[in-house]
Amino acid sequence: MAHGNYSYKPTNAFTKWLDSRLPIIRLIDESVLAFPTPKNLNMWFTFGGILTFMLAVQIVSGIVLAMHYVPHETQAFDSVERIMRDVNYGWLLRYMHSNGASFFFIAVYLHIFRGLYYGSYKAPREVLWLLGIVIYLLMMATGFLGYTLPWGQMSFWGATVITNFFSAIPVIGESITQWLWGSFAVDNSTLQRFFSLHYLLPFVIAGVVVLHIWALHVPGNNNPLGIDVKGPADTVPFHPYYTTKDAFWIALFLIVFCYFIFFNPNFLGHADNYVPANRLVTPAHIVPEWYYLPLYAILRSVPDKLFGVILMFGAIFVWALLPWLDTSRVRSNRFRPFMKQFFWILMVVIFLLGYLGAQTADDSNLVFFGVELPIGKILLSRILTIYYFLHFLLITPLVGLMETPHAVPESISKAVLAKKGGAQS
Amino acid sequence: MDNANVTRRDFIYVASAAAAGVGLAASLWPFIDQMNPAADTLALKEVEFDLTPVIPGQIVTIEWQKKPVFIRRRTPEEVKAAEDAPLGDLIDPQADKDRVQKPEWLILVATCTHLGCVPSKEMKGEFGGWLCPCHGSHYDTSGRIRKGPAPKNLEVPPYQFLSDTKVLIGAAPKAGAAAEHHG
Repeated sequence: MAHGNYSYKPTNAFTKWLDSRLPIIRLIDESVLAFPTPKNLNMWFTFGGILTFMLAVQIVSGIVLAMHYVPHETQAFDSVERIMRDVNYGWLLRYMHSNGASFFFIAVYLHIFRGLYYGSYKAPREVLWLLGIVIYLLMMATGFLGYTLPWGQMSFWGATVITNFFSAIPVIGESITQWLWGSFAVDNSTLQRFFSLHYLLPFVIAGVVVLHIWALHVPGNNNPLGIDVKGPADTVPFHPYYTTKDAFWIALFLIVFCYFIFFNPNFLGHADNYVPANRLVTPAHIVPEWYYLPLYAILRSVPDKLFGVILMFGAIFVWALLPWLDTSRVRSNRFRPFMKQFFWILMVVIFLLGYLGAQTADDSNLVFFGVELPIGKILLSRILTIYYFLHFLLITPLVGLMETPHAVPESISKAVLAKKGGAQS
Repeated sequence: MDNANVTRRDFIYVASAAAAGVGLAASLWPFIDQMNPAADTLALKEVEFDLTPVIPGQIVTIEWQKKPVFIRRRTPEEVKAAEDAPLGDLIDPQADKDRVQKPEWLILVATCTHLGCVPSKEMKGEFGGWLCPCHGSHYDTSGRIRKGPAPKNLEVPPYQFLSDTKVLIGAAPKAGAAAEHHG
């Protein structure tokens, strides 16, 4: 369906010669430039392009930072400070890379929530969705490994806490953590292997992104209406329509990104990471980077170590079941009056979990932006954790069965024209 | 005659696939095992510590095998609190006498058994021992887990008193060391 009847026709002698030997222009033309794309995509569908751009930013800035960084416990911290003070534009490259990680995650969360809202995970896009989860997990691993490299206090203790997740595995847990560390604790061996893997994983991500785009191009894009493309009237070529739209939103995204790089570069970081790693003292309040906070709150809400770790990974794994848990025959929440409400409740729950993940680990009442609420932090994070899982495991299947969706439009083209006509009258 | 279709060639296929499988598995091992602690890391086995400067009530942190180790000179009240705690109240029941060689000296690996943070010496928690700042595990004056997500007591490393004022962390205790306590 997605490819329609269009096929690339080489126009001059050279492209004809090349096309019968390496049809690379054909590949680019058919899968990028002329690719038929639903004509009604809104801004939430530009995050795929933004993410591809950010992956390139991270790889390029990372490669040049690696030319100056020294992955050794005695020199790592100082080499990062040297990048900041002495290397030409080192401060810019490092702030680009550290804030770039955050903006990569902002974009991926919006991309994922877009998929949730418009039902992009539903048939026939299950494999596309699952590959997306793989990319997200690889991003989490890469972000974690990279955060270890400056070898500050948060780096060191973040690495300690995360690698200790594996010590929750019964019987072989301790052997596994020592194997991960190459020592009896997080150590120089750990730093060196983390650097090696931090350099590797972005290229693995790039590889899975190729699979993700391949899996996108078989069924074609979902769209805000969540209905299938029925004919050529429903689509426009990707270029110039969506290259332009993506470029516009990439530019807006970069403006916000640049505000953080140039005016508030440490806002998303933590001051304790400017203290060199000290294996004898854990900072009084350790928090992970913001993009892990909801998961961290889920981990801390459970009083049992193994179960806490299982639940934390389960919070991501449950996404993998979503295509089969969603019983609705309609994709887009635009036509699902009840599921739409539950979607926004879920967004609030995830935000609150993130807020709780940033709080200290005692059981005092939650102070929410200066207002003390009459509920303990641990109790609240337990309620929210339970709700999070209920959303996927109970609410999603039940609402899909019980709700009566609004009538969906006959075709994308008709819906677009009706909307336009309505605006004119 | 089920075996009519089984030929000598099938045997060669299975045998060569099995040999290749075993060879592949064997050649993977060096790539996996290189990540385990290296010989120089394993060599950091023992560390000696002079107890003389430690005053009653003080906790010092030293490094052993790249891990922090607490040496706590317990006050008589702290020893009593540790000995009097009913075993039934404990998450990981262990008597205080099984965790020390001399009641005054409590020696522990300072790694929270939850996710590996160092419990705070300043914040002693609800049981007068340690509070882990990361996820709120409370340890008592014997380093036993009393409240919070940690599953086990703080580990007691192997150690040996070389004299009344010198301790060797990492060495197996001398035979009969515990008997000193039992009196």
